[in-house]
Amino acid sequence: MKKNYTYNEINGKKATPREKFPLISYIVLIFWTLVCVFPLYWMFTFSLKENNEIFGDNVIGLPEKWLFSNYKEAMEVGNMGKYFINSAIVTGATILFTVVFALMACYALTRMKWRGREMANNIFMLGLTVPIHAAILPVFLILRSLKMTNSYQALIVPYTAFALAMAIMIFGSFMANIPEELEESACIDGCGTFGIFFKIILPLMLPAISTVAIFTFLQAWNELMFAVIFISDSDYRTLPVGIQTLCGSYTTKWGPIGAALCIATFPTLLVYSFMSKKIQESLIAGAIKG
Amino acid sequence: MDKIRKNKLAIFLFIFPAAVLFIGIIIVPIIMSAIYSFHDWDGITDMKFIGVKNYIELFTSESAGFPKTILNALLLAILSVFIQLPISLALALRISRGIKGERFFMTVFFIPVLISTVVIGQLWLKIYNPRYGILNVALETLGLDSWCHTWLGEQETALMAVFMPTLWQYVGYHMLLMYAGVKSVSPDVIEAAKIDGANGWQVSTRIIIPLLKPVIKICVIFAVTGSLKAFDMIYVLTGGGPDHASEVPSTLMVSMIFGQSRYGFGSAIAVSIIFLCFFFAIVIKRCIKTEEY
Repeated sequence: MKKNYTYNEINGKKATPREKFPLISYIVLIFWTLVCVFPLYWMFTFSLKENNEIFGDNVIGLPEKWLFSNYKEAMEVGNMGKYFINSAIVTGATILFTVVFALMACYALTRMKWRGREMANNIFMLGLTVPIHAAILPVFLILRSLKMTNSYQALIVPYTAFALAMAIMIFGSFMANIPEELEESACIDGCGTFGIFFKIILPLMLPAISTVAIFTFLQAWNELMFAVIFISDSDYRTLPVGIQTLCGSYTTKWGPIGAALCIATFPTLLVYSFMSKKIQESLIAGAIKG
Repeated sequence: MDKIRKNKLAIFLFIFPAAVLFIGIIIVPIIMSAIYSFHDWDGITDMKFIGVKNYIELFTSESAGFPKTILNALLLAILSVFIQLPISLALALRISRGIKGERFFMTVFFIPVLISTVVIGQLWLKIYNPRYGILNVALETLGLDSWCHTWLGEQETALMAVFMPTLWQYVGYHMLLMYAGVKSVSPDVIEAAKIDGANGWQVSTRIIIPLLKPVIKICVIFAVTGSLKAFDMIYVLTGGGPDHASEVPSTLMVSMIFGQSRYGFGSAIAVSIIFLCFFFAIVIKRCIKTEEY
């Protein structure tokens, strides 16, 4: 092994060798960058344009006049502000409940000793593969009989239920790295079950919590099927449903529609620009362990 | 310590909320769906038990068109596995092998994954707009007027037109998973291959891709089950139309249940979707054999 390194040193090679044809690689990569970004760029520019610019004079250029009134219109006529707040409430509550319930369940499932633990764990893991469609009609009927459609709970409860399996799995993989000795020494120092959970486990699980929060955020913030069916009252519409309604009723003027799309997209992109690495790691954690 | 680990009250308190939600929202509804699927029911009048008639209708009736939706979903699955995944793999291999701007490309390629499908769908509605959409405008400026279509309105083009954005959106996701996989390949192995005289292409095809098999398996499972479950993009773009040309199982399910109040029949579709997802996941797991490294 040592010989290999000297071989590298003699040849002046780096640990990760550069490619022979970086130009071709760059052309391919830049082409794909454009494929990814161009539609978004176009969306941003037409959100600031008037129809006659969008429809002919200036299709892909930057807007001649920056029409921020489109955003005002999307907020006032399209009610995007309200939908934004609704989405934030639903998503926030979903994240909170998912994190709390999944963390508690995960501790009981991985660290505590009781009969039927294995089976309970397997049942929860089954939830990973069950598509959300499977439950839509019964959940709708339950909600309707409880007169709970058109409320925040109508979305928060199912979103939390469907996020639990993934959250428990992610927490489980993090919890496996916490040595049991830590809990044992806390126990000797006089901690009870709850003391150990809150004082030892919880602080050590913070990175896992942010991973789960990110994962749950993306699911709840973007979910459409449940939201479209359970919510008909405009007071409780989330962003995806709001956008659907706005675009359905507002077909001729593209500017405000573009503005609404941008309003829904900016927060995600803003958060992403600050913590892209963490977000990517979270999604990897969610996939690979499944 | 054992006493603490066996604290019954704590176990109950810890597991209770998650269990209630899980049973109430997932387990019980699935059982209910399965029961409904054996009944004829419109949600108002009494349920009538009809045995497996819903399933028979599902797979034989021309007018309901369920077999065609499965074919559409499978077509999407095939396209994802044979077009989307290779693109993702190629991109992942390119950027993971030490190129300048690695993080930049990584970050940008992943952006479409994060954006809500509704936003992407509405955006592509505009791109496909027959008069002002950027696609037809581009074709016209290139003098290819004859290539212009009412992309989402014509029977022949609608299906492909709804699949394109779906494939486009998730390239970044698969790329991310594969990128993570490539990064976890030990540099020593690659180094050793290089010393033995392997070039970049050989390192990719003979060393990295075989080691990437477990990740590729996950990607294939996601691509196939994701295709069977696909809903958002198709709902936004065409709602399954024109005349069911772009219908997939889940859009058909929603229109049966909430459009035509055929609760029993719709539930049979729901059960079939679950069954197909499980079936394909198991088949793929069997087909792509992986050793533990």
